[in-house]
Amino acid sequence: MKPRIEVVAIDCLMLRLFDEIAETNMPWMLAASERLRICFAEYLTDLVPSYTTLMVHYDGLALTPAQARERIAQALTDLRPETQNLGQCHVLPVWYDLSVGPELALLAKRTGWSVSEVIRRHSEHQYQVFALGFAPGFAFMGLVEEALAAPRLATPRKRVATGSVGIAERQTAAYPAQSPGGWNLIGRTPSALFDREREGYSLMQPGDRVQFAPVSRAEFIRLGGDDTPQEVLA
Amino acid sequence: MSRLLIQASNPFCLLQDAGRFGVRHLGVTQGGAADWMSMAWANWLLGNSPDAAVIEITLGGLSVIARDDCTLALAGADLAATVDGQALKPWRSFSLRKGQTLTFTQPMSGARTYLAAPAGFGAPQVLGSCSTVVREQLGGPDGFGRALAAGDELSYGGAAQPLRELPSRYLPEFSPKPLLDVVLGAQIGAFSGQSTFDAFNNPWTLDSRADRMGIRLLGPALVYQGAPMISEGIPQGAIQVPPDGQPIVLLNDRQTIGGYPRLGALTPLALARLAQCLPGEVVYMRPTTQDAAQRQQVAFMQRFAE
Repeated sequence: MKPRIEVVAIDCLMLRLFDEIAETNMPWMLAASERLRICFAEYLTDLVPSYTTLMVHYDGLALTPAQARERIAQALTDLRPETQNLGQCHVLPVWYDLSVGPELALLAKRTGWSVSEVIRRHSEHQYQVFALGFAPGFAFMGLVEEALAAPRLATPRKRVATGSVGIAERQTAAYPAQSPGGWNLIGRTPSALFDREREGYSLMQPGDRVQFAPVSRAEFIRLGGDDTPQEVLA
Repeated sequence: MSRLLIQASNPFCLLQDAGRFGVRHLGVTQGGAADWMSMAWANWLLGNSPDAAVIEITLGGLSVIARDDCTLALAGADLAATVDGQALKPWRSFSLRKGQTLTFTQPMSGARTYLAAPAGFGAPQVLGSCSTVVREQLGGPDGFGRALAAGDELSYGGAAQPLRELPSRYLPEFSPKPLLDVVLGAQIGAFSGQSTFDAFNNPWTLDSRADRMGIRLLGPALVYQGAPMISEGIPQGAIQVPPDGQPIVLLNDRQTIGGYPRLGALTPLALARLAQCLPGEVVYMRPTTQDAAQRQQVAFMQRFAE
């Protein structure tokens, strides 16, 4: 780790901790986030973590850029990776099926594996939440093993169903709400990913870990899932 | 409690305040008034807090009827507003009698105007704000991201204030070909020498692809020569340059992270000016530093303390 501080905007600085995406970044990212929250206290407007960086948006009327840099430096002093509070581990039930995950076929073809092998490989790894973005509660997770990595669709779908689980390059994610999207869909989760009434709003927070658990259609329906085929929406 | 009935509206008439903060790490966009300065003046005219809930009207199309005698304020673009057919200029508070109709028709100068009410319009707070983000289904009159629609009734509760106008020395000019200050960002050195010259020495024309997420600028193609970027947080006013070389200024409803290189970010004063530009208008960009911009902003904010 070689931290650098960069100018982003009048009241924003970027703390760049790493140059590469890696699961081993997260204990450092979590530790730095916690320190920044303490050092900026009420002057912190927003803290946006993403893979290798932490964007610090602070109250620019209360702090000069130099004072903000000082606080970041203070936050980094004797920084140790977080080992105790490594974020929650979520188990997300997923109904993997061609009707809700049409690209299961494409991934089987690309890898030369059977559909059930693709499902087994995707659900056996415990993923890290690197960042949330694109939409409220949309968690970018990784790393998907190299063989399963696949580029986004050339033409994004106009409507991807709520709960859809997809792969793009070496990342995986689930759509919290129906939206346009270009990820390779492989299944659907019945879990509510973003809920304005819930404490913390988003099921997954940066730094959390996620394990996907294959479930049957019956179990998916019992858990409140909507089995409308993807092709009806797109 | 007084009320205002929406008689006509369109998807660009939105309840707004300063926006949502403290939730961007969850992928929730900032939202809020695109021209923060006009919103702040509209509220100042009524003695409100600067970020009390207002109606943001873009280009026109709103018509409201007063259900009670009231005092409101208008700041921002001149959208040819009329009260029962009588012209009403912005940058002032004004009275409506019960039954009178206030209508906004078309842009005469600027693009967005802000209608404020004593103590702000009442609306549900969702994640700390009533700001309307249609895409995220957050905020607005019912909390689910809906634009204002005919038949909506907005209430407000503050006491009437004496009528006032914005002192003429503070009136924004909206003069053509504005110069927009850019705080240079970390990737500035990774654009070609020609591109950094072009960025700050050429006119940029606003494209018709402009909304609350961003405004695309048309001009010479800018060439980024650095390594591909990993997605990172994007600030308000960021000027990102996608592979086609045509910059996009990211506004209030932008996505929270992204991986395009950036020239930097507009200052808040430049953003307020850009938010009043229409497609086809020309702007220039001028580099500044974070320190100079911050001192300018602190000094500017003194105006609202009067």
